Amino acid sequence: MSERKDLELIADLVPTGSRVLDLGCGDGELLAFLRDHKNCTGYGIELDDTNLLASARRGIDVIQLNLEDGLALFDDRSFDVVLQLDTLQHLRNTEKMLRETARVGRIGIVSFPNFAHWPNRLHVLQGRMPVTRALPYAWYDTPNIRVGTFADFDLLAHKCGLGVTDSFGLQAGQVVRTWPNLRASVAVFKFEQN
Amino acid sequence: MTSTGWVQAQQMHFSAPLALKSGAVLPPYSLTYETHGTLNAARSNAVLVCHALNASHHLAGTDAQGKLGWWDNLIGPGKALDTDKFFVIGVNNPGSCFGSTGPMDVHPLTGAIYGADFPVVTVQDWVDAQVRLVQALGIQQLAAVLGGSLGGMQALDWTLRHSDKLRHCVAVATAPNLSAQNIAFNEVARRAIVTDPDFHGGHYIAKGVVPKRGLRVARMIGHITYLAGDAMELKFGRELKATDLGYSTQDVEFQVESYLRHQGDKFSDYFDANTYLLITRALDYFDPAREVNGDLTRAFASAQQNRFLLVSFSTDWRFSPARSREIVKALVDNRIRVSYAEIDAPHGHDAFLLDDPRYHAVMRAYFERMANEAVTA
Repeated sequence: MSERKDLELIADLVPTGSRVLDLGCGDGELLAFLRDHKNCTGYGIELDDTNLLASARRGIDVIQLNLEDGLALFDDRSFDVVLQLDTLQHLRNTEKMLRETARVGRIGIVSFPNFAHWPNRLHVLQGRMPVTRALPYAWYDTPNIRVGTFADFDLLAHKCGLGVTDSFGLQAGQVVRTWPNLRASVAVFKFEQN
Repeated sequence: MTSTGWVQAQQMHFSAPLALKSGAVLPPYSLTYETHGTLNAARSNAVLVCHALNASHHLAGTDAQGKLGWWDNLIGPGKALDTDKFFVIGVNNPGSCFGSTGPMDVHPLTGAIYGADFPVVTVQDWVDAQVRLVQALGIQQLAAVLGGSLGGMQALDWTLRHSDKLRHCVAVATAPNLSAQNIAFNEVARRAIVTDPDFHGGHYIAKGVVPKRGLRVARMIGHITYLAGDAMELKFGRELKATDLGYSTQDVEFQVESYLRHQGDKFSDYFDANTYLLITRALDYFDPAREVNGDLTRAFASAQQNRFLLVSFSTDWRFSPARSREIVKALVDNRIRVSYAEIDAPHGHDAFLLDDPRYHAVMRAYFERMANEAVTA
């Protein structure tokens, strides 16, 4: 249930009628939601064959690309909103992709699992890597090539010169604005070009 | 899955000449075509399928000669392009050699066989001929135009010059133009034909001969380029025809030689040499960006109302994924709706004719959405 809510909470950040680029669009659920409820247009980018097919079945315009190859396909500021949801932790070139996201979109929205969420800290204190809802994989069998925290991203965003206009945590379908680095399993950042 | 069954080719005569891109004129001509499925009352479910170099109007089912259509694995009842839902049209292009007016036919004014005098036809000319046929069938707007390779170029051209006459363009394993390497392969094939002593300047039919040697070599070189190197290695390797080396420079030693010679022989029995020259030239010439200072984005500006599905194959080095991505970029620049699948398949360019499950699943998903969409035209 909370996943559904997460999707809607993120959709709330997208202005109605936006032209959207969704990097790593998965099965296209969010884009279909934005199309059906917020009159948005745009494309999903997806590498995985199964996800590509699921997106196509939803009637999403989906383009099969490897994000590691960059976004040369897209001109500067050619989208109102660029989404990079639950994708960052799979990418080798995190910083480059963030800069690309900022280049292509007027608004960038990034979400990722927050490693500093308190249950994760407890796991690590006990000497073990966490296995949780947001980080469901064993350390030896995870598609996540990196983990980071809410606080870490804040620093990276600053380094990349992203004008962060909003940031909060998501936990059990709720927006967390107090101590999100401790209290939220998912971190969300919204940044805009000045 | 069932096939579409027996299918009867049809003919349509066009008494008005066709003005060609070159400035020449094609005198009154006929087109051979076949259809599958039923045109709905709104006449909104028609899909035109364009053929590539050596194919024809015969898409699916079994024709009068007992031959299965070239895209039977994709087109038919319950298949990815479902003829229970769509009215599917296959047409043989003018200049080809499968029933439509071509170089083997008689010029209606001179009474002589066209041969080398058949006018040079382009992708645009074929599309113009297809537009006439579609209109004559009472269809104002196609649901889609579909094609692979050179057929994909025709599907793209529909959106460039007749964008109001179709909703969707499905272009598989195609390119916005041929690379120098591609033109080079075509030129080798053409030289093989033209330098065959039986070619007679293209008027071989009048002499009662066929430049079969040239056609064989042309097909052999073409065939190599349709396959991926790795797939060829896997299929033939260094396998010998006999148990041991024969120490001959002219006999067939390796299985791959045997295969290519067989393909060449088969091809030279049914394909017309002048048609081969014409079609490879049409491939060379296709370059929609050329007329707008090489700007492919500008070329596609006219296609705003169309939706696209592009598909490429990872091991296709003749129409590589990078070439499809150029088209995707031009469409995205124009904010045109496009989906693009890059299928990781080992079969090279030939993959577009095979039934890779990921490829066909994407095609099926796209056509199913198309079948369900409301027609607002």
